[in-house]
Amino acid sequence: MKPVRCVDLCKTYRQGDLEVTGLDHVDLEIDEGGFVCLSAPSGGGKTTLLNAIGGLDTPDSGEVWLAGERIDNLGKGELAKMRLHQIGFVFQAYNLIPVLTARENVEFVMEVQGVVAGSRKSRSLEILEEVGLGGLGDRLPAQMSGGQQQRVAVARAIASRPALVLADEPTANLDSQTADHLMELFVELNEHHETTFVIATHDQRVMAYARRVIHMLDGRIVGDERREAA
Amino acid sequence: MGDWRVVLRLAWRNLWRNLRRTLIMLAAIVVGTWAMIFMTALMRGMVDDMVKDGISVLPGHVQIHHPAYRDDPTISNLIAPPSGELLEVLGRPEVVAWSTRVRVPAVISSEQDTRGVTLVGIDPDQERGVSFVADDMAEGRFLESRDDTGLVVGRKLVEKMETDLGKRVAIMTQDPENEIADRGFRIVGVFDSKLDQYEEGFVFAGQETIQKLLGVGDAVSEVAILGTDYREVEGLTRMVAEAAGPDVEVLPWNEIDTYLGSMLAVMDGFVIVWIVVIFLALSFGLVNTLVMAVFERVREIGLMLALGMTPRSILTQIVAESTFLLVIGLAIGNLLAWATIEPLKGGIDVSIVGEGMELFGAASVLYPALYLEDVVLANVIVIVLGFFASLSPAWRASRYDPVRAITQV
Repeated sequence: MKPVRCVDLCKTYRQGDLEVTGLDHVDLEIDEGGFVCLSAPSGGGKTTLLNAIGGLDTPDSGEVWLAGERIDNLGKGELAKMRLHQIGFVFQAYNLIPVLTARENVEFVMEVQGVVAGSRKSRSLEILEEVGLGGLGDRLPAQMSGGQQQRVAVARAIASRPALVLADEPTANLDSQTADHLMELFVELNEHHETTFVIATHDQRVMAYARRVIHMLDGRIVGDERREAA
Repeated sequence: MGDWRVVLRLAWRNLWRNLRRTLIMLAAIVVGTWAMIFMTALMRGMVDDMVKDGISVLPGHVQIHHPAYRDDPTISNLIAPPSGELLEVLGRPEVVAWSTRVRVPAVISSEQDTRGVTLVGIDPDQERGVSFVADDMAEGRFLESRDDTGLVVGRKLVEKMETDLGKRVAIMTQDPENEIADRGFRIVGVFDSKLDQYEEGFVFAGQETIQKLLGVGDAVSEVAILGTDYREVEGLTRMVAEAAGPDVEVLPWNEIDTYLGSMLAVMDGFVIVWIVVIFLALSFGLVNTLVMAVFERVREIGLMLALGMTPRSILTQIVAESTFLLVIGLAIGNLLAWATIEPLKGGIDVSIVGEGMELFGAASVLYPALYLEDVVLANVIVIVLGFFASLSPAWRASRYDPVRAITQV
């Protein structure tokens, strides 16, 4: 069973009086444990596709299947539940909850899932250690650098052991050294935990880590490149 | 909802995120709550005073009459004095005091003037615990026995009739056969009343003396009964009515003095209106605070929705934030109100406006009355209306589209 399957996805937006094509008959399958980059210039449709896969946005037509379940026709509550239990998200701008400490941010998804406090704590400490932030768990996001915040966001995304991690331009606000560290972390998590990663990016250095790069243009898939990871 | 702990934790921490704004809103809630409770206590105190004064003048809490007496309050409509089961009921702990009275319209004449008054024949021992007269003697003495032949009159009447303590006056009235019944009385006492109308309109004499004058045997016009609380007279009225039987009319004070009764009902309504009006003023600030708080956190709310928090949890979070704010504000406001009312329980001198207040039956010293039910009412109204006021911003937040919310700058 493919963790991600998209069938003939179409999506258009209105921008003022203009109708913009977000997705144009997109068909896609991603294998379990895949490490996939969606590559496109700005407005090429990679974020739209990522949002459709993550159940954050509903396509106008077509089907989205996640772990064998069709999700494009689910209601808001069901989609929230699906995201909570199956997907880890990493967004471009860190997106941590400012009033929660690093450890509480990591625990957030698990807490909403209803994981008991003891398990949450040990898991969050373990993950923070894994992403190189051991000892910083009690800091608030405002007391951390951008790279550290993005690591917390990654830790939060993987803490509940989701089958799929969706990352939208995760290195866009990071310097090159921090970006490399983050990508190495993604690769390590992908290899050790067999988590499927789908990363939207137009950064060539990020694509260098991927085993599969899907090129998009104007909402269409224009290339599907399988390669040996760096 | 398994995530209620994180929802409450987020609500609590977000509350203190913009400290200045939260403190300003808290101050508004505290002052509003204080104003609700303090002003209600003042108004309650004023009305309580008016009602208690009104009750202590003559009505008591419950009265027994001849069924026709209220329409025709003359000597023709008398009742027998309490006996048997009624007498046993009047001895119960629910009855603080009771007294029988003969009450007839009469004319009083001095050397200088003649006026219409209500002549009240009382048993001084019984009356002492029921009405004001024995306690408010200004000059002379109170009546000493049922067959006392002296007369107790109000100070204003003495002044208007240009008579004085120790002087004789003539009282003229009608007996049950409509014959003139008259006799001379010596003024043995002068009483004061908070209300001029009582000083001018009522004169008191020994009950037996009046019964003899009228030739009515031991019959009386009314039995006035004082219970433990003027607000809780339904049970007392029912108990007395059952014992008194069907041949008499038993009425509570608020039906005898409808002005006083309606004042209490109006006051109850006014308290609710007052609390709601203050809350409405507060609610603008509350809703504005929440709208600002939500507006500042659009991205976070979008993030939480994206991560899998349900719209219901977002709604709960915003409502909880508002509830925390209200509960803290209410707690401080209640304490402040109590701390300001408690030292004023000895009375607030409002004699500077006392003349005006006396016109509608209020005293010149206000005694704030803090009732638990008023405090509970104020708190419940604020919490319930606060809940509804916070629903709109909370609902809006819960309906955010996560994609648009996250990308909002």
